[in-house]
Amino acid sequence: MPEIKVTPLGAGQDVGRSCILVSIAGKNVMLDCGMHMGYNDDRRFPDFSYITQNGRLTDFLDCVIISHFHLDHCGALPYFSEMVGYDGPIYMTHPTKAICPILLEDYRKITVDKKGETNFFTSQMIKDCMKKVVAVHLHQTVQVDEELEIKAYYAGHVLGAAMFQIKVGCESVVYTGDYNMTPDRHLGAAWLDKCRPDLLISESTYATTIRDSKRCRERDFLKKVHETVERGGKVRKERKEVKMLKNEEKQIVINAERMNLKAPIYFSTGLTEKANHYYKLFITWTNQKIRKTFVQRNMFEFKHIKAFDRAFADNPGPMVVFATPGMLHAGQSLQIFRKWAGNEKNMVIMPGYCVQGTVGHKILSGQRKLEMEGRQILEVKLQVEHMPFN
Amino acid sequence: MAAHLKKRVYEEFTKVVQQQHEDLSTKKLRLTKPSKSAALHVDLCKATSPADALQYLLQFARKPVEVESVEGVVRILLEHYYKENDASVRLKIASLLGLLSKTAGFSPDCIMDDAINTLQNEKSHQVLAQLLDTLLVIGTKLPDNPSVRMRLVEVACKHLTDSSHGVRNKCLQLIGCLGPVEKGVAKEAESQAARDVQKIIGDHFNDQDPRVRTAAIKAMLQLHERGLKLQQAIYSQACKLLADDYEQVRSAAVQLIWVLSQLYPESIVPIPSSNEEIRLVDDAFGKICHMVSDGSWVVRVQAAKLLGSMQQVSSHFLEQTLDKKLMSDLRRKRTAHERAKELYSSGEFSSGRKWGDDAPKEEIDTGAVNLIESGACGAFVHGLEDEMYEVRIAAVEALCMLAQSSPSFAEKCLDFLVDMFNDEIEEVRLQSIHTMRKISNNITLREDQLDTVLAVLEDSSRDIREALHELLCCTNVSTKEGIHLALVELLKNLTKYPTDRESIWKCLKFLGSRHPTLVLPLVPELLSTHPFFDTPEPDMDDPAYIAVLVLIFNAAKSCPTMPALFSDHTFRHYAYLRDSLSHLVPPLRLPGRKLVSSAVSPSITPHEDPSQQFLHQSLERVYNFQHLDPQGIQELLEFTIRDLQRLGELQSELAGMADFTATYLQCQLLLFKALQEKLWNVAAPLYLKQNALASAAAKQILEETYKMEFMYSGVESRQVVIIHHMRLQAKALQLIVTARTTRGVEPLFGMCEKFLQEVDSFQRCFISELPHMQGSFVDKLLDLMPRLVTSKPSEVVKILQTTLRQSTFLHLPLPEQLHRATANIIEPTGESDNPLRFTSGLVVALDVDATLEHVQDPQGTVKVQVLYPDGQAQLIHPKPADFRNPGPGRHRLITQVYLSHTAWTEPCQIEVRLLLAYNSNRSKASTRVPKSTWSESLEALPPPENGIEGTIPFSKPVKVYIMPKPARR
Repeated sequence: MPEIKVTPLGAGQDVGRSCILVSIAGKNVMLDCGMHMGYNDDRRFPDFSYITQNGRLTDFLDCVIISHFHLDHCGALPYFSEMVGYDGPIYMTHPTKAICPILLEDYRKITVDKKGETNFFTSQMIKDCMKKVVAVHLHQTVQVDEELEIKAYYAGHVLGAAMFQIKVGCESVVYTGDYNMTPDRHLGAAWLDKCRPDLLISESTYATTIRDSKRCRERDFLKKVHETVERGGKVRKERKEVKMLKNEEKQIVINAERMNLKAPIYFSTGLTEKANHYYKLFITWTNQKIRKTFVQRNMFEFKHIKAFDRAFADNPGPMVVFATPGMLHAGQSLQIFRKWAGNEKNMVIMPGYCVQGTVGHKILSGQRKLEMEGRQILEVKLQVEHMPFN
Repeated sequence: MAAHLKKRVYEEFTKVVQQQHEDLSTKKLRLTKPSKSAALHVDLCKATSPADALQYLLQFARKPVEVESVEGVVRILLEHYYKENDASVRLKIASLLGLLSKTAGFSPDCIMDDAINTLQNEKSHQVLAQLLDTLLVIGTKLPDNPSVRMRLVEVACKHLTDSSHGVRNKCLQLIGCLGPVEKGVAKEAESQAARDVQKIIGDHFNDQDPRVRTAAIKAMLQLHERGLKLQQAIYSQACKLLADDYEQVRSAAVQLIWVLSQLYPESIVPIPSSNEEIRLVDDAFGKICHMVSDGSWVVRVQAAKLLGSMQQVSSHFLEQTLDKKLMSDLRRKRTAHERAKELYSSGEFSSGRKWGDDAPKEEIDTGAVNLIESGACGAFVHGLEDEMYEVRIAAVEALCMLAQSSPSFAEKCLDFLVDMFNDEIEEVRLQSIHTMRKISNNITLREDQLDTVLAVLEDSSRDIREALHELLCCTNVSTKEGIHLALVELLKNLTKYPTDRESIWKCLKFLGSRHPTLVLPLVPELLSTHPFFDTPEPDMDDPAYIAVLVLIFNAAKSCPTMPALFSDHTFRHYAYLRDSLSHLVPPLRLPGRKLVSSAVSPSITPHEDPSQQFLHQSLERVYNFQHLDPQGIQELLEFTIRDLQRLGELQSELAGMADFTATYLQCQLLLFKALQEKLWNVAAPLYLKQNALASAAAKQILEETYKMEFMYSGVESRQVVIIHHMRLQAKALQLIVTARTTRGVEPLFGMCEKFLQEVDSFQRCFISELPHMQGSFVDKLLDLMPRLVTSKPSEVVKILQTTLRQSTFLHLPLPEQLHRATANIIEPTGESDNPLRFTSGLVVALDVDATLEHVQDPQGTVKVQVLYPDGQAQLIHPKPADFRNPGPGRHRLITQVYLSHTAWTEPCQIEVRLLLAYNSNRSKASTRVPKSTWSESLEALPPPENGIEGTIPFSKPVKVYIMPKPARR
């Protein structure tokens, strides 16, 4: 029996930097090309020298497949294709192709403009990289060459997230990427036909967790927010990367409308607008409810949401802010966190997973004193809640 | 005598015509028969190419073939079949054979042999399949012929080895539909056929083609439906099919497993991968639960639906459906205790609520964690979270059914149901609210649950809010805070949606009467009384204040200490509300006051109920009036009618009964008055006034009888007879009056004829009831019938007049339950002073919202009438979807009525009302008559009145102020 060889360049026993090399019947496929949030040095990208030591990337790899637009799955792409050098095809779904460059640009800005790093990819590189991308439809079988074929399935994790089946001859591998079996307010559940792969590579961050039912989680979350607001505290909610206007946010907004929550709700980035735009654009990728009602009512217009300005952080009274990035490692969320950390009335809700080394991981692990840049010690008094939505 | 003769001639003539007509038609049939098959024959011979022949056959198929000529046509078709080389033509012929054998009245046994013969030499698979289909039709047409069936089944078995899936499909279908069901029959037949059909079908469960597998399962289900007891051995086979690649196979297999689980619930089956055994129903339940997370949503819906009907399942399996955490190979654990212990000690799964509680405490042996089958675990958790709302609805329904049969499960599923109140799809929310209502006697809501439930009160959909009010009517709340919370939320709801007023009051009424002890401590706060100071008297017309009072008064009914907490104005308000909203405010025993009402103790059973007694007594009195003088009778009737009407107003549960009898007595009174006039004996033309009165009375009686017949639900055939009898009397009266006013015989002749026809039809329709009508008008009339038929109209009229006056008053037997159809227009309220302005010539939509009670088939009968000030009336038929059915006997009409008119100079009021349309053809009498007599009368009778269609207004008219403006240019 011919063997299938799997080499994780990242993400094995770790979260972030997803990058898996699969050799199947003589074909080499790279699954995802992500970055690691916990590091700021070379470790943030997968170690491509594993391949390059034997020759050029393009010669070795037959194709690259990106499962969805989160940076831990696509963050290293410009570096990989432009700086290390890869000219072969990169496959991703249409929504991913549309949203991915925005996130990469955002990431580049934070790293280069804010932190002042050099030797990083440029905007032009992102553009060049995106030119190599081939967009695929769901359930479309793409022949990469005569033998290798790939097929995308709906994964429901974020807009455009897909699972891929890679097939060479009679051997096949299914790579799930991040997927979601419980439909949320926007997206449907992952679905796969009975394709009987020889190997299944699955995301397993929460594999040891059996979560409460979706509705329990939603209720729990809302309760926390409402209680804090009633106390007069401020709620800081991290958004996992740019999760776009996601489930939890939608929920809180709907609830605000229904329960007459008085506190203002802010979104920290201008991305909300863009996100809504893409949701509208890719309506077929959303779940049944949205597909059914988008003609009558735009699900992505909320009167309660306002864009957040840095000056608002010092405003008195309760407020709810959704900020990125979700692991509190940089950017606006970290700034707001520093401002609010001292007051025990405030609360921070961490969605999803936090990579080791980030502020998010530290406070979730119960650390109450944080060492910030410039040797400052930040005392954390606010409440910390964890809410695994994704 | 001339007229008499003429009439007889006429009568006979009609009969002759009918017969002639029949003869003519049969003759026609005979004439066409040879021509038709011959024509076909000629056509087919003429056909030069298969395409031509196909064209001819297609044309032929468009026309129906008469029963007599079927056989001939079949012979011709078969003849051509053998000659034909082209498969498509043969296919068409085969399908035509099937069609022809379906012809009603044709017995296909004569063509069966031929059909079977054709099978022998057929090579084309498609034609074979079609021929088998034809055989299936033939077989189903001959249900009482076991030998034919056996033969067909044998033929089908022979072709089961065919290489085409279509043929195998049809064979299996045939076996399923025709296979022997009783064991005895199978033994009698030859050894070949005695083979077990189940075995034959079962062998095809593993067919290579998914369509054949599906057909095999369906055939098995078909056998089950026909009454064959399926063998338990199939179960394990069916279980394997659950993992099939094709959704239609899985879907059918789920069905089959369910059937088996109902057949053998208590059998014991072994659990694979362990040496333990469980009940079959539990095992099947687990398997079907597993299918709730199937890949195809069609299968998921089906599985979720079937779960609801598996009530024999053991409770611990049932309860697992709500818990995902028991997933680690539950199958090995024997008792619930053991499992529970293991659950707490295992600790390998985290709830995800706390960060890091899933950090591996010790190395998990990978072999020990078994992810074989999730079984029943979390089936409902998954089902309720499903992406497709169809699955969610099915899951909610199943939850409802299971919870109804198991109180402990009801208790447990409550949290999940409450969460479903927040579903994004309205249908799901509504369904879960209804479900909750159905299981509400098994549950008590906790405060946090109540919180979620009450949050739904702000929903913008009226249906949801009202369903929720209904739910609150029958829920149990555990704490006084809960009651307070509910009240506060309901009041909020009231301010936000004032139209919900009635519904909210009603809800509070039940909430109060269910929880008197919980309301008691809240009273001072709710009434805002103060121990030392007088508080201002609240506004009596404030709906919110009324709502609070309704809650308190209903609680006070069973809590005698409560009135002590009331302040003076509360008592005054009580008196006021007791009068104005008597359906919401119960009678109370108030201290230091004389009883406001003669408090009817609720323990009295309906039979002893004094008001019911009163009803019967007064009726009794009326029926015995025969010996009274006319004046006395009239007075007695008048008083009784008045009494009954008042009784109806007082006792809502007797309203239908009282109104019904009052209407009947009213008719009787009218008839009595009309006949009692002394002036009848005087020559008619002189007394126009008298005639006018009588004809008005007749007209009114007719109207009232239609009301009696169509406006009340629960009217039985005994009452219908009486109603029709009354109508007949009214018609007789009409006839008499007309006879006296008109000159000349001609019009009278027709009327007499018609009346006699009606008497005739009455006799036919109610022949079984006639013995009960001794001494009545119709009884006497039927005695005189031979004479009447031969009499002149003037004589007929005379006879009628005397019979009418001599006939006795028929007792109206009362049915068990009688409800009058009522409608109440909630919206528009008719209170607005602001005219609805719109541009003339354009259309404005007026929202109409009404509750209908005791209306049968509202979709067909309820109409909206709009009356414009210029006398123009419009009748609007609401869409069937505009009617909702919130409860038995109740309907809700929420619709839009489009108004339009030319420009007016000033605003004016239009009237909107609801009408109940009826059609005397569809009369309840005709549907209630036993089938045989009905079909007879249907053929024999021309419908008595050619279906008088009419409408009865049954709601109060509401005035709407509108103003069509002239269009601006």
